Amino acid sequence: MNETIYDKYEPVIGLEIHIQLNTKSKAYSSDSASYGGMPNSHVSPISLGHPGTLPMVNKQVVENAVLLGLALHCDIREVNGYARKNYFYADLPKGYQITQDTTPICTGGYLTIKDKNGAEKQVSLTRIHMEEDAGKSIHDVDPFASLIDLNRAGVPLLEVVSEPELRSGEEAFQYVTEMRKLVKYLDICDGNLEEGSMRCDANVSVRLKGDTKLGKRCEVKNMNSMRNVQRAIEYEIKRQIDELESGGSISQDTRSFDAVAGTTFVMRSKEMANDYRYFPEPDLPPIIIKEAYINTVRAKLPTLPDALFKQYVSEYHLSVYDATVLTDAKEVSDYFNELIKHTTNYKSAANMVMGPIKSYLNEMAIEMVDFPVSASRMASLIVLIEEGKISHSVAVQKVFPEMVLSSDKTPLAIAETMNLIQESDDHALKEFIEQALSKYPDKVLEYKAGKIGLIGLFMGEVMKLSKGKADPKVANKLLIEALAY
Amino acid sequence: MKIDKDTVDKLSTLAKLEFENEAKDGIVNDLSRIITFIEKLNELDTEGVEPLIYMSDEVNVMRDDEVRVEITQDQALKNAPEKDSDYFRVHKVIDN
Repeated sequence: MNETIYDKYEPVIGLEIHIQLNTKSKAYSSDSASYGGMPNSHVSPISLGHPGTLPMVNKQVVENAVLLGLALHCDIREVNGYARKNYFYADLPKGYQITQDTTPICTGGYLTIKDKNGAEKQVSLTRIHMEEDAGKSIHDVDPFASLIDLNRAGVPLLEVVSEPELRSGEEAFQYVTEMRKLVKYLDICDGNLEEGSMRCDANVSVRLKGDTKLGKRCEVKNMNSMRNVQRAIEYEIKRQIDELESGGSISQDTRSFDAVAGTTFVMRSKEMANDYRYFPEPDLPPIIIKEAYINTVRAKLPTLPDALFKQYVSEYHLSVYDATVLTDAKEVSDYFNELIKHTTNYKSAANMVMGPIKSYLNEMAIEMVDFPVSASRMASLIVLIEEGKISHSVAVQKVFPEMVLSSDKTPLAIAETMNLIQESDDHALKEFIEQALSKYPDKVLEYKAGKIGLIGLFMGEVMKLSKGKADPKVANKLLIEALAY
Repeated sequence: MKIDKDTVDKLSTLAKLEFENEAKDGIVNDLSRIITFIEKLNELDTEGVEPLIYMSDEVNVMRDDEVRVEITQDQALKNAPEKDSDYFRVHKVIDN
């Protein structure tokens, strides 16, 4: 295929992300919203859709919606109503989903995404609304029946709808990445795409560059990882261009992504499109959100990854890469922030977190929150290096492994016990230097005649005599002085 | 509002109901009568009247995010026509 054919077109992508909230109880009933448990054990007459039951709104869901809305620069609606979205499916026992139709809690706003080089783009949002999840259908266990587990029925969701402003699979990937990071920072969702606590649908269309009218779009579902979002969209863009270029047209279908084949296939054609017959939910009185309430929620906003990133780069002069890694997860940036309360050596602190600490976490397969060394102890290790008492490599290779084993010993105590403190005392060092030089009188003459590379040999001898404890910087300086006359 | 066989077909699809072709004329007739009866309401001037959705003036009726166990798994499954020890069993549904 000719590459230029694809270059003629512009992809237009909008994303809908479902964020499953990590509240204790469900959106409109008090049964547990937690994942797992025996099938149909986290249920109540309300989530089972029994007649005569009345739903009641979970306060925390409203707060989380406002929190996310504020973090995404949205307008928060004052008068919120709920609506019923009607459809028949076995895992939706009421026959309707309680959602918001004409009065989404948040409108407008934007999410900032970054490409690999750190270049930013603001992606506008259409709306965020509150709704509930459906139960789970299992089709492949019993050959004659589908099995229904309603533990998930009624678990709260926020749906975030973007404007069609994304232009590539890569941008969609960045968008999901940033959204995931944000909900984890806000601690409203665990952001796990594989397990379905974040779900992403993409509306994809293509048009000739320069066209202002949108092409016919397809909705792509079932992309259950960050990379699959990108792969599915890239496949879909290519499929649509190929279709148009071969004289065909795009049918406005709902398609599903097949992660194994890397392709999309029709799930529902336009003719089968649902008519959801939305109407107001009379069982839930309106939620009125006043400015004072919004301010109390605003006060709960943590520093967001975007702001931290900027601070790390501009104030602490960390590289874009370092700042990206450190702001990738809240626990990591929390630890780093704690660390730099005790030391202003930001680069060194960043290296500690990204080097030995991350490797240790990977090795032990644990999370940052379970890292056994407090930030203040870790900071005193950095101070030891700064003061020249131990070298960076000794710190990482010898002292650090001891620190994770014992919970109270200071790095200094460990270094002293292990006899690792560097000699930077001039007097002691001068004796080592004298010994080293007297061992190689010929080489000293050669050095003085201009063969200055021999300094390495003398340094090696000094280090050997000091059993590796000589501070290399000071030793080097004194050695050059000693050789100068 | 005009009710014809297409309307009945559409409604029956949405309601997951099936009708014999002969029955449809009767349904068209019944539906038309009830709609005409309700359309009488159109004679009222509702200009500037907000639709009535809620039967009370209450707002912000919310509960704290606390878990209450109201029923057990056994109780949940008790009234189901078909079930096994853990699940509701329903006709095989494959989304197509």
